[in-house]
Amino acid sequence: MERSINKRRVISVIVLNESSVLARVTALFAGRGYNIESLTVAPIPNSDMSHITIATNGSAKVMEQITKQLHKLIPVYKVIEHEEMVEKEMVLAKFPIAEHLSDIGALCAAYNGGIVNVGKEMIIAMVADEPQRIKHFIEAAQRYNPCEIVRGGVVAIER
Amino acid sequence: MQMSGAQMVCEAIIAEGVKTVFGYPGGAIMHVYDEIFKQEGFEHILNRHEQASVHAADGYARATGDVGVAMVTSGPGFTNAVTGLATAYMDSIPLVVISGQVPSQLIGTDGFQEIDAVGISRPCTKHNFLVRSLEELPRVLKEAFYIARSGRPGPVLVDIPKDITVDIGEFVYPDSVNIPTYKPTYKGNAKQIEKAVEAMKSAKKPLLYIGGGVVLSNASDLVRELAEKTQIPAVETLMARGVLGAKNPLLLGMLGMHGNYASNMAMSETDLVISLGARFDDRVTGKLSEFAKYADIIHVDIDAANIGKLVDVDFPIVGDVTEVVKAMLPQLDGIDTDRFEAWRNILARYDELHPQSYVDSDEVIKPQWAIERIGQLIGEDAIITSDVGQHQMWAAQHFPFDRPRQWINSGGLGTMGFGFPAALGAKKAFPEKTVINITGDGSILMNMQELVTAAEYKIPVINLILNNHFLGMVRQWQTFFYEKRYSETDLTFQPNWKALAEACGGIGYDVTTKEEFDAAIKDAIAQDKVCFMNVIVNRFEDVLPMVPSGGALFNMMLPQKVDKPKETK
Repeated sequence: MERSINKRRVISVIVLNESSVLARVTALFAGRGYNIESLTVAPIPNSDMSHITIATNGSAKVMEQITKQLHKLIPVYKVIEHEEMVEKEMVLAKFPIAEHLSDIGALCAAYNGGIVNVGKEMIIAMVADEPQRIKHFIEAAQRYNPCEIVRGGVVAIER
Repeated sequence: MQMSGAQMVCEAIIAEGVKTVFGYPGGAIMHVYDEIFKQEGFEHILNRHEQASVHAADGYARATGDVGVAMVTSGPGFTNAVTGLATAYMDSIPLVVISGQVPSQLIGTDGFQEIDAVGISRPCTKHNFLVRSLEELPRVLKEAFYIARSGRPGPVLVDIPKDITVDIGEFVYPDSVNIPTYKPTYKGNAKQIEKAVEAMKSAKKPLLYIGGGVVLSNASDLVRELAEKTQIPAVETLMARGVLGAKNPLLLGMLGMHGNYASNMAMSETDLVISLGARFDDRVTGKLSEFAKYADIIHVDIDAANIGKLVDVDFPIVGDVTEVVKAMLPQLDGIDTDRFEAWRNILARYDELHPQSYVDSDEVIKPQWAIERIGQLIGEDAIITSDVGQHQMWAAQHFPFDRPRQWINSGGLGTMGFGFPAALGAKKAFPEKTVINITGDGSILMNMQELVTAAEYKIPVINLILNNHFLGMVRQWQTFFYEKRYSETDLTFQPNWKALAEACGGIGYDVTTKEEFDAAIKDAIAQDKVCFMNVIVNRFEDVLPMVPSGGALFNMMLPQKVDKPKETK
């Protein structure tokens, strides 16, 4: 029965850096009815490959299918189902300058970040932490009336 | 050598050894057609609809095992080809389809006859390419053929913007392909194979479950040897008809929704399923929780994603059936074949109890009789294609297929209109064979324009229309499951089939008796012309046995019993 329990999972997909490769990956998720919780993609330094990190959820059976179906795509080089990983997500948040800047600064510092930009009316803060902690940060930030929060999506690396 | 992109396309087709290309010209592909006009390396057949071009290339590929090639223009030319791509994709047929595209600088501007071909075809091709530059064109063409035929085969689309077909550049066709991200697995894991063989030796009621992958892998002889050596009984899927040959005493028949009693009972009672190139399609398994309930499962498939997709597998083997069976055979030396005798006897008894049968009639032609009759009259010399519906199932049940690639049908996608153009492709590949499209009065109209193609190029295929004045399979479901409300399935209004065929340069036959049937077949073969053979059959004949959709395989609706002289295999 363990195989049928839905769980949050993170996979890394290493792909040839060619046009429409991202479309192939996302179309596969859409076409076969798999969920995407978050997705990040960037080129791998000094190579012709890109690294796609996808946070998704599904049972072990579904995950096995996702992995195998991804493997079948011609430009996919490798699929890593993360088990022991370090995962981080970055968030940018914009607050009115009227809020207590030192409090916001302290909050951000607690989540591996700080204030990165101060303008006439707004300040922008950045934090980078585990996805679960990012959730807590967003909850905690609510009392400072954020006008905009942008999440970056998960990146992960196997330990 | 310096040449245009259009010339490169032709040179690549010639280099790949393709003898026949099916297609339809148009604005964006015109430069390529201009080169086709000038070359002599391959023949081009002008179908009268792009869908038919792709099906014809598909039929050619299925009959030969080689890559089929079709060519279409951009926009509607391509969208018409999509059903053909999807049909080939679902049955893993190696095709390269070349489509024109608007010039590079017009892409994305909603130009005339522009459509996002790679976007549309992504889910129904094995891979596709939008060619970005002339420099990459030779490599892309080489990779397209390689990807189409290697691993689990499939259709590949190459979309070429018009300006690239005009540009002139250096052409060197690569000798080899190196795609670091694409390395199909052919050899199965030796340990797993060993374990699987042990399981075969210790099973009491093993069953060979043979799928279309055996045909694609050209492994029929090896699989026949495997069956012979182990004396393990076998069932075939719709796509595998002909692998073991109808006369093989170990073959129980076809399993699944319209499988015979013995096959479906074998699958329900076996203790070891040996699946070779089959993918546990829902039309085969019926209710999954009841499917092969008491069995361990060996699953040999070149596509890892097929393994464990629907059923849990005990012995997964990723690899080419040919390689895996080759590795299995020596390890099976000295297998105790008597071990399975009791099991074989049980299955033989099942077949006696409920053989594949139908009630024949002297008043009206039974569709099953017509198919059996073709088998008697032409047999091994025939290549049978089919459309989709009752006639397809009757053909699969009743035709005595002797060899692989003798039976060509759209099993996965179930594409009506497939049979006639596919027959053209098969006939181009094997002009000496009698190619018969077993079709219905519904399906045949979906690509009937091919009468003109067949007449023009003198491709004499026989269209055997089993005419029940119904969309028969839907009608059958309406009878069983919709209280006989025949919603939009009554085809009482019909064309004059004979006149229709004649108007397009073919011959027509109207057949209502068995004598007329024999005479028409004889005449059609002698005339050597494309024909429509309109055979009026029993209107309310059902395809039986039938496992109602979603039901367990052992719960079959069975045909009426008949006393027939026992056939000896």
